[in-house]
Amino acid sequence: MVEKVEYNKDLDSKLKEIFAGGHPKYHERLKEQNKLFARDRLALLFDNGEYTEDGRFANYEAGDLPADGVVTAMGKVNGQTVCVMANDSTVKAGSWGAKTVEKIIRIQEIAEKNRVPMLYLVDSAGARITDQLEMFPNRRGAGKIFHNQVRLSGFIPQICILFGPSAAGGAYIPAFCDLLIMVEGNASMYLGSPRMAEKVIGEKVTLEQMGGARMHCSISGCGDVLAANEEEAIAEARRYLEYFPANYTEKPAVKETIEAKAGRTLEAIIPENQNAPFDMYEAIDALIDEGSFFDVKKLFAPEIITGLARIEGQPVGIIANQPKVKGGVLFVDSADKATKFINLCDAFSIPLLFLADVPGFMIGTSVERAGIIRHGAKLIMAMSSATVPKISVIVRKAYGAGLYAMAGPAFEPDVCIALPTAQIAVMGPEAAVNAVYSNKIESIEDPKEKLAFVQEKHREYKEEIDIYKMASEMIIDDIIEPSDLRSVLADRFRLYSTKEIAQAPRKHPVYPV
Amino acid sequence: MTQLKSSMAGTVFTVNVAVGEQVAAGQVVIVLESMKMEIPVEAETAGIVTAINVNVGDFVNENDVLITLGE
Repeated sequence: MVEKVEYNKDLDSKLKEIFAGGHPKYHERLKEQNKLFARDRLALLFDNGEYTEDGRFANYEAGDLPADGVVTAMGKVNGQTVCVMANDSTVKAGSWGAKTVEKIIRIQEIAEKNRVPMLYLVDSAGARITDQLEMFPNRRGAGKIFHNQVRLSGFIPQICILFGPSAAGGAYIPAFCDLLIMVEGNASMYLGSPRMAEKVIGEKVTLEQMGGARMHCSISGCGDVLAANEEEAIAEARRYLEYFPANYTEKPAVKETIEAKAGRTLEAIIPENQNAPFDMYEAIDALIDEGSFFDVKKLFAPEIITGLARIEGQPVGIIANQPKVKGGVLFVDSADKATKFINLCDAFSIPLLFLADVPGFMIGTSVERAGIIRHGAKLIMAMSSATVPKISVIVRKAYGAGLYAMAGPAFEPDVCIALPTAQIAVMGPEAAVNAVYSNKIESIEDPKEKLAFVQEKHREYKEEIDIYKMASEMIIDDIIEPSDLRSVLADRFRLYSTKEIAQAPRKHPVYPV
Repeated sequence: MTQLKSSMAGTVFTVNVAVGEQVAAGQVVIVLESMKMEIPVEAETAGIVTAINVNVGDFVNENDVLITLGE
């Protein structure tokens, strides 16, 4: 008897058709744009390029819509299972039909049930207008994708890599993610296209100006990481995930210690003159394991640095003022940037390290009109509500509400450490002496006498805010040598790793913004 | 032609270059003072200083043009 060897021989050819994606001319177009095919992106993302796919035959009967323009799959990244949806822009420009939307919703549901991170690989022209009744307004329409994203926010990590356009409503996928990586030159997001803007409001603008990757990563703050190409974008997503647990009930992994980068000591890096700028990145390098920094929103509001790193293998989220940019002063955008980062770390049990060198929040009409008070309140609320281990290091000055925003003593940091260069005050000596004695200073006519008076008051003021006096009053917990800071932080974070604080009995605070 | 603009409101503390001078990318061309801090303004690209729009002591607003660089 001859054994049966052929069985439903159509299956193989049908799958081949599906795996090939859209028409070859669209694959050619991808190459011209330096873009990869959706399935090649997945092969780069997953460990060994292996993944398990769902809904392969979705809309197969339509004939020209393989997988209905989206690949949904599970696989491993750094050994951790994740769920992914990837738009296929060779199929109707990656637009969303009814089955596309259903597939995305289903993979979100799988991520929720299995409590694993969800990644969105977006490259889509938006809704298929022809399908709008089936995919736009209904209970399991596109709105449900965003509703799921909101419910999943803080439950599992959600990351978006934007390879192409993300238009109109579709632009909310990246907006609801924890992290958005954008590929320069190709990624864009906008509610209305330049063509629509010209027709509707008469504005003439290019796509890059309107919603390009660089614009969003440096001006709007919607983008977190600007990648030079797709390979880099995918590698950055993999690197980012190393800092995160699978979901909020777990803790992030501790890795082997790597020595800090060889370089100048903190004593050499930090000028004693409070007003002189220095590069906080160099100071961070002296504290963290070499090569462990993952900069979040590097190009946006660079007067504050927010990034993930490791100190003796332990993951930490660093919030640091950057005196080199805008004097490290806090603005509306800096408050925005730090708020989201603190919320991100707190959601996934990543301890926080604040490195304060801050003259305060910006003053003047321009920022008052922009609502700096409510934005500052938002930052202080996020910092104050965070229940992960929090260490506050007063590097140099911490003036006014700047001290509050950087987890000053009143906000229950687990420890507030000062370097010998620290200076804590309502305002700096120059401003304070002017504020208190301005009438007296003006009344002194002899310039020499005036100078002597001012200098004497500066001296008195500096004595009043002397850091050893602050330590004696138990305002700060300790003063340490800058060179010891790395090992002190490593020890302290290990000690606080069991920290647990009960949440206040309420639903949630009323957010100021 | 590139225009270097003020990143924030403040006063001009020092002007470190002169018209006609060649500057390198990353070179500090002006230092502003704001919130009692020195704020260095760096040239974003290399070029020749074609105009200096401010004097020491001037108040500048965010986005005011400080210096113009030519090829």
